[in-house]
Amino acid sequence: MNAQEIQGWVDAAQAAFKSAKDLDDLKNARLLHSGDKSSIAGASRNLGSLAPEEKASYGKIIGDAKNAIAQALTEATQRLENERDQRMLAEEIVDITLPVRRAHRGGLHPISIIKNDIADFFIEQGYFVEEGPELESGWLNFDALNIPADHPARTMQDTFFIEPLESGMVLRTHTSPVQIRTMLTKEPPIYVICPGRTFRADELDATHSPVFHQVEGLVIDRGINMSHLKGTLDNFARYMFGSDVTTRLRPSFFPFTEPSAEVDVFFNGKWIEWGGCGMVNPRVLKTCGIDTDEFSGFAFGMGLERTLMVRHGITDMHDIVEGDLRFTRQFGVGL
Amino acid sequence: MRAPLSWIKDFVEIPASLSAEEISKGLVRVGFEVENIIYQGSDIKGPLSFAEVLSIEEITEFKKPIRYVGLNCGEKQTRYVICGAINFKVGDIVLAALPGAVLPGDFAIAARETYGKTSNGMICSAKELALSDDHAGIMVFDKEQISIKDDVREKLQIDDVIFDIAVNPDRGYALSIRGVAREIAGAFGLKFTDPVEKLRSLTFEKTGEGVQPKIEDKEAASVFYLRTMSQFDPKAATPMWMRRRIEKMGMRSISLVVDVTNYVMLELGQPLHAFDRKKIKGKLRVVRAGKSEKFITLDGQERILDPQDLMVSDDERALALAGTMGGLYSEITEETTEIALEAVRFNPIAIAQNSRRHKLSSEASRRLERGVDPSLAEFASARFVQLLSEHSSAQHVESISVGEPKFQATFTINPKHISNILGFEVSNAEIIKALQTVGCDIDEKSWKIDPPSWRPDLSNVSDIAEEVARIIGYDSIPSVLPDRPIHASLTSIQKRRRFISQFLANRGFAEVLTFPFTNQKTINDMGFVGSRASSYALANPMSDENPLLRVHLIPGLIEVAARNISRGAQDFAIFEMGSIFRSSKRLETFISPDTGIRPKDSVISQIFASVPEQTEMVSGLLVGKKESENWQGKSSAFAWSDAIAFAQEILELCHLDFEVKRSDLAPWHPGRCAEILTDGKVVAHAGEIHPRILSQYNLPPRSSAFAINLGALPESPMVRPHRVGVMPAAVQDVALIVDSSVTALEVQQALIEGAGQLLESINLFDRYDKIGDGKVSLAFTLTFRAEDRTLTGEEVSAMREAATKLAAKRCGAIVRTA
Repeated sequence: MNAQEIQGWVDAAQAAFKSAKDLDDLKNARLLHSGDKSSIAGASRNLGSLAPEEKASYGKIIGDAKNAIAQALTEATQRLENERDQRMLAEEIVDITLPVRRAHRGGLHPISIIKNDIADFFIEQGYFVEEGPELESGWLNFDALNIPADHPARTMQDTFFIEPLESGMVLRTHTSPVQIRTMLTKEPPIYVICPGRTFRADELDATHSPVFHQVEGLVIDRGINMSHLKGTLDNFARYMFGSDVTTRLRPSFFPFTEPSAEVDVFFNGKWIEWGGCGMVNPRVLKTCGIDTDEFSGFAFGMGLERTLMVRHGITDMHDIVEGDLRFTRQFGVGL
Repeated sequence: MRAPLSWIKDFVEIPASLSAEEISKGLVRVGFEVENIIYQGSDIKGPLSFAEVLSIEEITEFKKPIRYVGLNCGEKQTRYVICGAINFKVGDIVLAALPGAVLPGDFAIAARETYGKTSNGMICSAKELALSDDHAGIMVFDKEQISIKDDVREKLQIDDVIFDIAVNPDRGYALSIRGVAREIAGAFGLKFTDPVEKLRSLTFEKTGEGVQPKIEDKEAASVFYLRTMSQFDPKAATPMWMRRRIEKMGMRSISLVVDVTNYVMLELGQPLHAFDRKKIKGKLRVVRAGKSEKFITLDGQERILDPQDLMVSDDERALALAGTMGGLYSEITEETTEIALEAVRFNPIAIAQNSRRHKLSSEASRRLERGVDPSLAEFASARFVQLLSEHSSAQHVESISVGEPKFQATFTINPKHISNILGFEVSNAEIIKALQTVGCDIDEKSWKIDPPSWRPDLSNVSDIAEEVARIIGYDSIPSVLPDRPIHASLTSIQKRRRFISQFLANRGFAEVLTFPFTNQKTINDMGFVGSRASSYALANPMSDENPLLRVHLIPGLIEVAARNISRGAQDFAIFEMGSIFRSSKRLETFISPDTGIRPKDSVISQIFASVPEQTEMVSGLLVGKKESENWQGKSSAFAWSDAIAFAQEILELCHLDFEVKRSDLAPWHPGRCAEILTDGKVVAHAGEIHPRILSQYNLPPRSSAFAINLGALPESPMVRPHRVGVMPAAVQDVALIVDSSVTALEVQQALIEGAGQLLESINLFDRYDKIGDGKVSLAFTLTFRAEDRTLTGEEVSAMREAATKLAAKRCGAIVRTA
């Protein structure tokens, strides 16, 4: 045994590891060149039988040789493992463009989406969301709103009445009874919106539905005037239809507001009738026990279906009411 | 309300520079929506001619009557045309469109061969010229009124602009040319001549004894003018200009007397009614019907009177349904020579009730129920006498009135309040000018306002603010956001509803919003019984198909599912959130306190309590496969367990503890229905829909549904989380054999209790029901963990033993050995 011989073992091991074609090949080479039966292992075992001065010098030579072999083995292992991994990944390539199986696509109804959206817009401005029953007392739906029996204004709204007629119960024709409930039960200042389902005995056609949704707003506070109504509607219209829309108020009539107005929005090149509004009629405030010397207020109301149809270019009401999944799913969970 | 520009011009000087478009915009600006502008005559071109009918040859070999008519159009030769109408005779004057003419709808007239003849033009109906809707036959004119040499366009005043205006209920005065003309004058600052001014000085000589008026019901009418005329020649014809104006207003010309009543109503706004005087016995009275008797209105309909109906009656019988429609018995006929003309300022409510009770809305009732200018009973009836005397031989006999017109009370305002309401500064001078424009008298010192007789709607400063804003223009209102520093948020209930909807949408459910109507058959089909089947009925449903309010959400979901399936959908999940209307109480009689003052708190509570509870529910329906099948292979179908899982997840979302029990409730499969309880109260049901219902509605088998009563859910508790244990967990599996009548939940509950505090979780990982003997095997994984130490093998075995022991004791469970 001499240093040259040992170097020969190292060279042979390095060459063998380097030329190994795969990990099995390498395993065989490892057993041969660094396994228990390898020359270097034998030399290492024989170290003990050498004379002390030889022991030190050969010990170092053998140690260095073992390190060199181990390093070559590590390099070769890494190289071959890497090659193996590359091969495997290449073999596992799939057509990731295949149509994949997915759970059913859900979604909120666009009316719910727009309702939530409007609620969030007003909540952010300090309005609470008030709700009320759909089957409602006629007094709250009409009388308290200054729509007395046998007034032509009552026939403006084709009302669904409930049996027996003496009960005076109706399906609410607007969400305004929620305003009355709010004013009867809360102290001003009042800042609320009232979204909800409403009913009028209109035949279902492309633009009408006997069941539809409204959102109304009500503000009662000190010093509220018509400019605040206009400002609030402008703000709301910009949120709904885009920052470049303009609104206009037109004189109109509602028994529960005085002065009253229609609000139009100039959208996509034309004036769209959007809703009704006005200053809350003092008589309505008095019915609700609100001091008209101290407080005044405004109210407004829009149809959600109409808002949705105008904004999204929906041309037929049937799509909104029929519950066809192909329509609803297009909206997902947000607009 | 229609308004022809030619008629408006009688009362307003409209400069030629003001276009119809601009007038329309002005009307919109002051609050009158113009629904349509009709440019009458703009689509009629080419030669029109009046023609005398010289000969009529009846052609009989066709299915309908056909006439070959010889016409004298003032030409050298007789012109022959084919005509399908038969309402004319030789000697009549008709209107012919000659070849080259173009009628509305781009209908070009040319000489053409038809019915074996050459037709050299067309005899026209009013509808063909878009002059009125009357298409009963061709237009036939009186020789005394029309010469064949007359210019058609001029004689028939064809070229005109007609505004079709929507009039709000508070502006009854604008259901007249007088009212519309005043608004146009106001909108443009033009001079307005009130037609009533000229009528104030009219007096008529008494030449005999007229019919006496009487108001028996003082609440129902304030003033009654009755003018009697005689020596009327029933052959008298309506002058062409009047006939054309009536037609332009969308009404039909009937006879001179009726036409004059209508003409005056259209011009001034006061409905009038003319009776055949000879039919009247004694006085003419405004009186309640008093009894339920038959009454035939002049439309020929027999009606049963309500005792409360307001009538105009004589000493013996009812003659007219007051303000609504006259009676057939006393109507003006071709024999009428004496006329009693009634003009009454009726109480609007009385007329509205008449109209509502008989579902009879007439031109008269539409005006009267909105409130007519109380001064008009006198002047409109005078205008009638004036016009009828001018255009016939009729002579005034006597005019008698009873009662006094009641005018709107005066009131004072503080002009500063106008600016406060409108949100911008309005000077006193502007206010005064605006109010004078609408007809108010103002005392500029005291600010006492005397509203005009035609404006019963003006009674306080808010009304005045609207008038001022209207005249100044709503465009002047600035745009200001109110200060709103106070925080707001959704309530916890509202948040919960949103989270649940959002959760379901995220989990593949599409939300639907169905009409909350149903019918008895659906209720029966679903198997609902008792209080779950009882609903409220609509008095006036859209159709008999769905006359009830819904008692559950699932029927609506099933219908939507069936609709989607019929359109090709197969596998899907849908949900709805909304109220149901089970008839929980008998509806009481209407509580209707006076308005204008806050009702007592007790009354308000009573009103709130009178409204039945309307339970808020959320319900989901699972149809077909959980996922669509594709190249990746089969997908499993939705099952009862999925419906239960969604219900459980929703309750977990709300942080509510629950237990599941077996139930048997419609519309679910009696063996596959779970009820879910929180705090011992049933809040939800879930499971497979009854197979009978599925097959009836063509839904795939095993379709499943859940329904949660949102109103019954307790408030979500504040979350108080446990510390998360970091010591190692010990996992133990146990397999138990129990009788199949024992539910898995019972076994699980026993294991949980038996295992004690350190049991972290339990999972039923296998269920085997094929071992026979009515037994099932249930295999659970128990996971134990202590917060402070690693559990020893002995500890874990002891806990497992304790768990199985309790399961053995309670459920007869036998530990299955491998």
